[in-house]
Amino acid sequence: MRELIGIIDYGMGNLNSVKRKINILGAEAIITNDISILKKTTKLVLPGVGNFKKAMDNLNSLGIIPILNQRANIDKIPILGICLGMQLMCNFSEEGNVDGLSWINGRVVRFKKEKGNNEKIPHMGWNTLEIEGESPLMKDITEENEMYFVHSYHVELQDEKIAINKTNYAYPFVSGFQKENLFGLQYHPEKSHDAGGIIFKNFLKL
Amino acid sequence: MFRPRIIPVLLLQNNALVKSIKFKNHQYIGDPLNAVKIFNDLKADELVFLDIDASREKRCISPDFVKKLAEETNMPFSVGGGITNCNQIQQLIAAGAEKVILGEIASKNPDFIEEAVGNFGSSTIAVCMDVKNNFFGKQKMYYQNGQKSLDISPIDFAHLMEQKGAGEIILQSIEQDGTMEGYNLELVQLISQSVSVPVVALGGAGDISDLNEVYYKGGASAMGAGSLFIYQSKMRGVLINYPTKEEIKSNFTK
Repeated sequence: MRELIGIIDYGMGNLNSVKRKINILGAEAIITNDISILKKTTKLVLPGVGNFKKAMDNLNSLGIIPILNQRANIDKIPILGICLGMQLMCNFSEEGNVDGLSWINGRVVRFKKEKGNNEKIPHMGWNTLEIEGESPLMKDITEENEMYFVHSYHVELQDEKIAINKTNYAYPFVSGFQKENLFGLQYHPEKSHDAGGIIFKNFLKL
Repeated sequence: MFRPRIIPVLLLQNNALVKSIKFKNHQYIGDPLNAVKIFNDLKADELVFLDIDASREKRCISPDFVKKLAEETNMPFSVGGGITNCNQIQQLIAAGAEKVILGEIASKNPDFIEEAVGNFGSSTIAVCMDVKNNFFGKQKMYYQNGQKSLDISPIDFAHLMEQKGAGEIILQSIEQDGTMEGYNLELVQLISQSVSVPVVALGGAGDISDLNEVYYKGGASAMGAGSLFIYQSKMRGVLINYPTKEEIKSNFTK
């Protein structure tokens, strides 16, 4: 079957940069919130920047949560959540105290201010990854590669074994996970120069 | 390991790239899309685009133009100039900007920051503060390209912006702008020590040691510069440039 990557459009953040990155790699991508198209896509990207509660409100009012649930949990097509998209895959967020899509057992929490840490929040800029396990998404990615981060909240997994990346900012936090067909990245591969391109290439190969 | 961002700040006038000295004497540099292509090749961390006439002309930086920039830009970028409402922010983000920079509106209606943050999240909303000494040697906030001043002190304004939820403060020294004689270190120290959000230092960078100094001594989270990345040297011959990976590594590993 011909690959068609759906980039889920729910009015949050910058979707064109994801599309562009996928197109450069020679794949077809469509920015959409049309249920009939979401049904046909072979892979999905859930991008997003912004407020968690507003994002859930938008997904709800578009009426696309049931189809997304089906694609994630029944059809089990590969889905990549980026930044806020990663967070939305979890059970709950402190940002607005609302439930997420609950595909992944985890909570989204604000960066904690701990004693002796005076790191600025948001975590904004380039940082490296510790690579855990053997996710196909991380093929050819090394701990030297820098990725672009911009976030004030991060994911706390119930089962840390599904973490594929950790990053240190104030303290180590989960910056990537994989549970079967579901992938989440806290950083922006679409904004991370060549290293980000490798991640999309890996995603397209899944 | 976390590393501070080094950000070329590009000024736009009629969609052309220009560079000022102390907010005056704007020199034509070239086509911003060409500059973007070069910054892609040089793997710049992030870019800032400011439409410097927009606010005075009571219009917003053009989303169509931002879309053109986004089609060429491989790295995150923020845009500013004349933004006054959430609808415009929505359009600029949809056009491909990562963040928006609010200037005059932040000065005149600080509550708008709260509204914007509620809609787009704090990491999408940056505030630009333009600071210089007034006739009595007192540091004041300015807007509309340095033409109009505000009554609030820079430190109180920075606190207010943090309280309203701004995700980043771009702190620009008007007196240092384009001089290439170094940042206003004291100003950067003062503001970055007093807020918990990232502060981007801007104005005065002349070489990489200035970037190093404002990060380690000034406490800046990121370093912005115009002339440094646009001119070959202090002789101001146009040559788009950016530090190499090695230069960055040797200057900014904690």
